[in-house]
Amino acid sequence: MRAPSSREAALGEVLLAVEDVSLSFGGVQALTDVSFDIRKGEIRAIIGPNGAGKTSMLNVVNGFYQPQSGRITFKGQARTSMRPYAAAQGGIARTFQNLALFRGMSTLDNILAGRALKMRRGFFWQLIRYGPALKEEVAHRRRVEEIIDFLEIADIRKIPVGRLPYGLQKRVELGRALAMEPDLLLLDEPMAGMNLEEKEDMSRFIIDVNQQYGTTIALIEHDMGVVMDLSDRVVVLDYGRKIADATPDEVKRDKNVIRAYLGEPHGVSVTK
Amino acid sequence: MNLLYQIFVGPFVQMAAAPDLLVQTLWDGLVSGVLYALIALGFVLIFKASGVFNFAQGIMVVFAALTLVGLHQDGIPAFLALALTVVVMFLLALGVERLVLRPLVNQSDFILFMATFGLTYFLIGFGQLVFGGNPKVMIASALWLPTGALQYKGLGGFVAFQKIDIAAVIITSIMVAALAIFFQRTRIGRALRAVADSHQAALSVGISLEQIWVIVWFTAGVVALTTGIMWGARSQVDFSLEIIALRALPVLILGGLTSIPGAVVGGLIIGIGEKLGEFYWGPLLGGGIESWFAYVIALGFLIFRPQGLFGERIIERI
Amino acid sequence: MLYREVGQYKTNYAADMAVFPILQDRIGVAVILLVAFVVIPLFGNDFLLNAVLIPFLIFSLAAIGLNLLTGYAGLLSLGTGAFMGVGAYACLKLTTSFPQINIIVWIVASGFFSAAVGALFGLPSLRIKGFYLAVATLAAQFFLEWCFVRIPWLYNNSVSGAIEVPLRTLMGVPITGPTATSVTRYLLVLSIVVVMTWFASNLVHGRIGRMWMSVRDMDLAAELIGIRLLRAKLLAFAVSSFYCGVAGAMLVFLWYGGAEADVFAIDQSFLILFMVIIGGLGTLIGSFFGAALIYILPIALRAIPEVLGLPLHPATVEQLRFVIVGALIIVFLILEPNGLARLWQVGKQKLRVWPFPY
Repeated sequence: MRAPSSREAALGEVLLAVEDVSLSFGGVQALTDVSFDIRKGEIRAIIGPNGAGKTSMLNVVNGFYQPQSGRITFKGQARTSMRPYAAAQGGIARTFQNLALFRGMSTLDNILAGRALKMRRGFFWQLIRYGPALKEEVAHRRRVEEIIDFLEIADIRKIPVGRLPYGLQKRVELGRALAMEPDLLLLDEPMAGMNLEEKEDMSRFIIDVNQQYGTTIALIEHDMGVVMDLSDRVVVLDYGRKIADATPDEVKRDKNVIRAYLGEPHGVSVTK
Repeated sequence: MNLLYQIFVGPFVQMAAAPDLLVQTLWDGLVSGVLYALIALGFVLIFKASGVFNFAQGIMVVFAALTLVGLHQDGIPAFLALALTVVVMFLLALGVERLVLRPLVNQSDFILFMATFGLTYFLIGFGQLVFGGNPKVMIASALWLPTGALQYKGLGGFVAFQKIDIAAVIITSIMVAALAIFFQRTRIGRALRAVADSHQAALSVGISLEQIWVIVWFTAGVVALTTGIMWGARSQVDFSLEIIALRALPVLILGGLTSIPGAVVGGLIIGIGEKLGEFYWGPLLGGGIESWFAYVIALGFLIFRPQGLFGERIIERI
Repeated sequence: MLYREVGQYKTNYAADMAVFPILQDRIGVAVILLVAFVVIPLFGNDFLLNAVLIPFLIFSLAAIGLNLLTGYAGLLSLGTGAFMGVGAYACLKLTTSFPQINIIVWIVASGFFSAAVGALFGLPSLRIKGFYLAVATLAAQFFLEWCFVRIPWLYNNSVSGAIEVPLRTLMGVPITGPTATSVTRYLLVLSIVVVMTWFASNLVHGRIGRMWMSVRDMDLAAELIGIRLLRAKLLAFAVSSFYCGVAGAMLVFLWYGGAEADVFAIDQSFLILFMVIIGGLGTLIGSFFGAALIYILPIALRAIPEVLGLPLHPATVEQLRFVIVGALIIVFLILEPNGLARLWQVGKQKLRVWPFPY
């Protein structure tokens, strides 16, 4: 029994809990009775082989998919399903595996878009702009510039995101999620397609976000090194079911996990 | 109370009271439905094979009809004129592929759709310049299409079946069957379906996109020609026909953009629904509701089933 | 050399986010406004005002309306003509019912009626997108067209079936009807268009413009950052239709002096759509460019052969216009899908480094 480290002591009560969540679409069972929780302030990794349902899990938390059964409890409020607007309002933000940036806008505008929920000045103030609406824009611009500095993307702020290289696009997407000042940040393969240097940068950002802003993070990732280094606890999914839920060290040694990754014949294989 | 009666009971009483009129209306609806289906078919063909919604299909109908009539007026015998028109449609398909589709090959669907708008306007102007804006008469008899009507006495009155309408139904059915077989059974048909599924995958197995597109636009052109002959024989050949294309849109909504049987079923539903609506409910509203009735039907469908009766379900992934 | 930003440092965010951050642009706009408000009324002739500038301004306003909906919010609409019509008929009913209130108030107020109708027909956008939404707007177009003809109350039961514009004045000066001078009408149209363009510019530079563009670019992601899709889309329909409605009212009251229902038919919807495509989707200045090109083209087409001594039959001119507009659209889509506005931007970019190549 290890003495609790200062990090474990810093983790708070449960922020998000999913219980017995099952999701299927059109005959494909994406998730079956998955339950786990995420504590406030922790970095939770969700791993598993391809097609395990990891992205579907995040989509359920986000409200993009509605599960057929199960419960989602967020900030103490339990519901049978989440709606995207409620998730956003409640403080859940997200990045995407295949990038979901607004390609017609610049970096700055994309991140400013993340402030949408926080901008309140009404339609008629917007019509005349000068006055309260502009003041609000400037105030939010200030906040967004802090994020831009933090992510070191100041020199590309006016460039349309469609023209940026992949690694920078991923950073902009992270910026947009951060602009929401979320309590829970869902990252879907934030390191995918990056080289070592970019991965180190992204890891640094994730750790900084967690430590400086206290943001709870749920992270889908394939790079085991990153998972081991960054996360406090790990959930392992395979074919839509949870097969492990423990600290990184314990998960690394878990027989079920090893079998899932290295494989034993699973019967008729179904690729996603 | 009276209003409710007028809407929900009255028309049906009328229908029962004069069954011959009902049958006549149903028949007229069937015929126009069949012709709508024919126009919709042109859209479906091109959309199925290239993902492009060809707004210019309507004007292609007019253009084909005008060419046919124009050639005949210049003294060319009817069936030779028909063959020449087919050649013209082929050249048009080539031209569209070379000048419009190929340069825009990687652009979004929206841009391609807009390009067909431009094509429509271009063909309207061009057609008028070459053939003149006056309405023309379709050379129905020269093409051995029957005239006159079959009268049926019964049902308390009589019902007239125009022979040209009967011919239209028969010809359309043959065309639809031929196209269905073409798509399902032949090698080129398979290639077309492959291209509709994924341009890149089709390219990687050696299908020539350019050839496919020319074939498809040409087939759509032949369908357009048939449509033009049928519509033209029933009324006249003028540029209001291109408005008919707009009438085909609700058919496509109903039947789905990618389904040949859908185009037929959708056409029949809209055609019959429109005629029934106009005849029995139209007078309540002051008449002339044909212009938007089909759209309202389609709109209703869209709300509940956005992909139409036969279309593929749209699943969004993120 | 002339068009440089050198030395123009922005010392605060407000300056950086200004609509015209470059000084030369601000001077340019000021010059244009000066010419429009002062020089043209003094020196322009009736033809220039009546046949060129007034309709250009009116169509630009309608194009702005459509651009907000289709260019910024990504919702394709083919009902522009009908929404313009709603504005025109609303204005007619308002001014005949309350003739004592100034017509300018009614011209602007008619926009609210258009906005309501637009929002109503925009409701399907909750469930349907893209091409299918365009079909829904066609339903609006055809239904409203039918209303304009079949509901005699709308055109005050006039026998001809057309709108007849009554005489109205502002401080004693006639502004509608046959006695209103073209200068008066021009200044009125100009003022309304300038103010409404300013409003549109403010909207698109702020959070509402960003909201619309987010919905346009990826509505699923927009939802997940907290944008309410239905509200954003309905707002787009409402605002867009407002602009089209005011344009329609001005078209009838301050330009034609009367109208038949076919002014607001589907051809009008297409025309405005072409203006927006050629001018540049998602830009305000593109609306002006597009309106200029598409509207002034036929005038030029008629004028040039006369100047060259080859008179063309008016029907031929009309047909040539179709051919040229159709071809232009295709050419633009191939060469510069972002329209004239992008060409303008590229031109300005070249101007920044002129006389150097880069």
